[in-house]
Amino acid sequence: MNIFGFRISPSSAINLDNVDKERFRELCRIEPDAVRCMACGSCSATCPAAGFSGMSVRKVLLYLQRGKEEEAFKLMSNCMLCGKCTMVCPRGINTRHLILSICRIYDKEEKK
Amino acid sequence: MREIYLSGYNNFVLPFMIGMIFVLSWCVIGAARIILQLTGEDRKKFFLSLINPKIMAKNVRDWFCDCLFHVKLWKRNMLLGYMHSSIAFGWFMLIVIGHIEVFLYTPQRVHQIWYPIFFRYFVAVTDSTMKGSFFFFLMDFFLLVILSGIILAIIKRARSRFFGMRRTTNPSITDLIGLYSLWCIFPLRLLAEGFTADISGGSFLTKSLNMVLHSFLSDQMNMLPTWWAYSIALGVFMCILPFSRYMHIPAEILLIPMRNAGIKVTHARKGYAKLQVYSCPSCGVCIDACPMSTVKANTKDTTVYLNRQIKRYNERRIEEISDKCLLCGKCTAVCPVGVQGDMMRIAQRSVRKYKLAPSYANIDENALLERCNKFVNTSNNTVTSDRNQRVMYFAGCMTSLTPSISKSTAAILQKAGIRFEIMDKDGGICCGRPMFMAGRIAQAKEMIEKNTAIIKASGADTLLLSCPICYKIFKEQYQLEGIEVIHHTEFFDRLIESGKITLNGSDTRYVYHDPCELGRGCGIYEQPRNVVRKAGELVEAEKHGKESICCGGSLGSLTLGFDKRKALTENALANLTIASPDTIVTACPLCRSTFNRYSDIPVKDIAEIVDEATRKKKR
Repeated sequence: MNIFGFRISPSSAINLDNVDKERFRELCRIEPDAVRCMACGSCSATCPAAGFSGMSVRKVLLYLQRGKEEEAFKLMSNCMLCGKCTMVCPRGINTRHLILSICRIYDKEEKK
Repeated sequence: MREIYLSGYNNFVLPFMIGMIFVLSWCVIGAARIILQLTGEDRKKFFLSLINPKIMAKNVRDWFCDCLFHVKLWKRNMLLGYMHSSIAFGWFMLIVIGHIEVFLYTPQRVHQIWYPIFFRYFVAVTDSTMKGSFFFFLMDFFLLVILSGIILAIIKRARSRFFGMRRTTNPSITDLIGLYSLWCIFPLRLLAEGFTADISGGSFLTKSLNMVLHSFLSDQMNMLPTWWAYSIALGVFMCILPFSRYMHIPAEILLIPMRNAGIKVTHARKGYAKLQVYSCPSCGVCIDACPMSTVKANTKDTTVYLNRQIKRYNERRIEEISDKCLLCGKCTAVCPVGVQGDMMRIAQRSVRKYKLAPSYANIDENALLERCNKFVNTSNNTVTSDRNQRVMYFAGCMTSLTPSISKSTAAILQKAGIRFEIMDKDGGICCGRPMFMAGRIAQAKEMIEKNTAIIKASGADTLLLSCPICYKIFKEQYQLEGIEVIHHTEFFDRLIESGKITLNGSDTRYVYHDPCELGRGCGIYEQPRNVVRKAGELVEAEKHGKESICCGGSLGSLTLGFDKRKALTENALANLTIASPDTIVTACPLCRSTFNRYSDIPVKDIAEIVDEATRKKKR
């Protein structure tokens, strides 16, 4: 029922104090490269899975950092591990291993 | 021949007998376990191969050529080949001739298995057995052959470069015990037989040694300690054998028929994989071959160390070694035994546990098909009849990063007048090989299913690929009945043969780099070279063909970072440019972009040079 002609979007603010950062810290311990990403978006531009699930390593890292794990998993669900993102990354991040490590550490079911 | 001792037994045979019984029971139990661990299908295949005369003939030939003559090592280096075959074949002949002697002279002793080994201790020569001097000569001759091999082996420990090996394996403690006991066995045998040669008879070696010994050691009682020493050396060697690299001797006997039966590594540790681990002789040929070992820190990550760590169940190191590998397959190509380092590593990766698994069920293959639908009439669902080939070109992920390759390929197809369609011009599903190499087989299979559905529905009769990574998995894992899977190097060769395109030769010097997945992976070496020869002058790299060096960009490695690959690429470039070519030609988009990063001379894909050479003609 939109009687005012405009809506108020739900707040997209994230309270980082409420985010469980344990798993992201573990990821950074195994993959120090995770924090080297400068969000240039080269990976998003080349990704063949982007057309299917909107996959982008840049976004996945951002979501995980902010505790929005569900969104990250959704993006990753079509990753084909083809390695194009590794080839184009200007920071030389080993994105394939990063993705595999995320798959090892994070768990869909364990999400509180 | 006359027997000296009524019982035909002396206590000194005990160390030998203990070792022999131990090693035999170990091997029988081990072989039974490995056969039981095979999948039912593989086991059936294995037993059926044993009654197939053709495969059995190949088994026998391989047993002789690989286990005894070490033909593959002869081809690598003559000295290395001689060293191994002298010990293996010489020892085999000593055992065979020893048994023949027992059969001929003391047939009543055949059931005593120590008798042929210590024959000379138990018998005395008589006038009537002088005919046996032929066997005496053979025994001494083969003993000499073995001793020469042992001397070479000692030299090799100190200076392996003489044997064409830059680096050798660092032996483990059990390997060293086995090694030293093996070195001891034959000099001790010579000494023992030398002491008794005046009684039991001997030939040029043992007889002369006997003369020398008797000139200062006249007491007959000296001979018993030497026989004891010989037996103890044998016993120690056989007791340590299952725990050392010498386990490869019995393991290889089983590996050869299994390999010839066509059994593949399916489980990471059990069955055929276990047999491969135990068949590894730790010779270290793979260390020099491995493209990673240009960086010294990586030498411990070669296949020989993988096998050692699997034997030790060192999970941390197994993971490290198997994830680092580039999967170029060179260790498999050079291995004298046939240990498949790349398959073993994929198997290790496949048992890893992941909590998240991607799934491709949401991808609509019909939408993807519509983008490339050219050969099927949508109104009545029939394939448009056309006498021309209906070529579906799958460029692949890596080619889309180097668009010049797909552009050139498309241009060549147009010039040849072939009807074609690009399957993934607006993005598509990956072939699955990178996922397969990461060990996530189930996910790779899902992609394979999706792609198979698209290709089959497209009505194409040829699937053209410009990426060897895709080509390998399309050849091996896809079931595309009636559709020919072909790599663009083969396709161009065929177009030139049939006269559909003509290349205008130039005097450019090209060196061709064999991509790992195309050469060692699929066995395509000649077709690309034929094409390059038509376009210009072909020079060869220092190591080419089966031994070509990986560019260092391989997707096979999971952990090797960007910075760590530079040294590998530079090493591969140095190998390629040895004949100072003008241009490097390769047939893989990944090799092309990897080389391009560090090369001083232009790097081109074979499609690009073919395109250029056909263009010149038009002017």
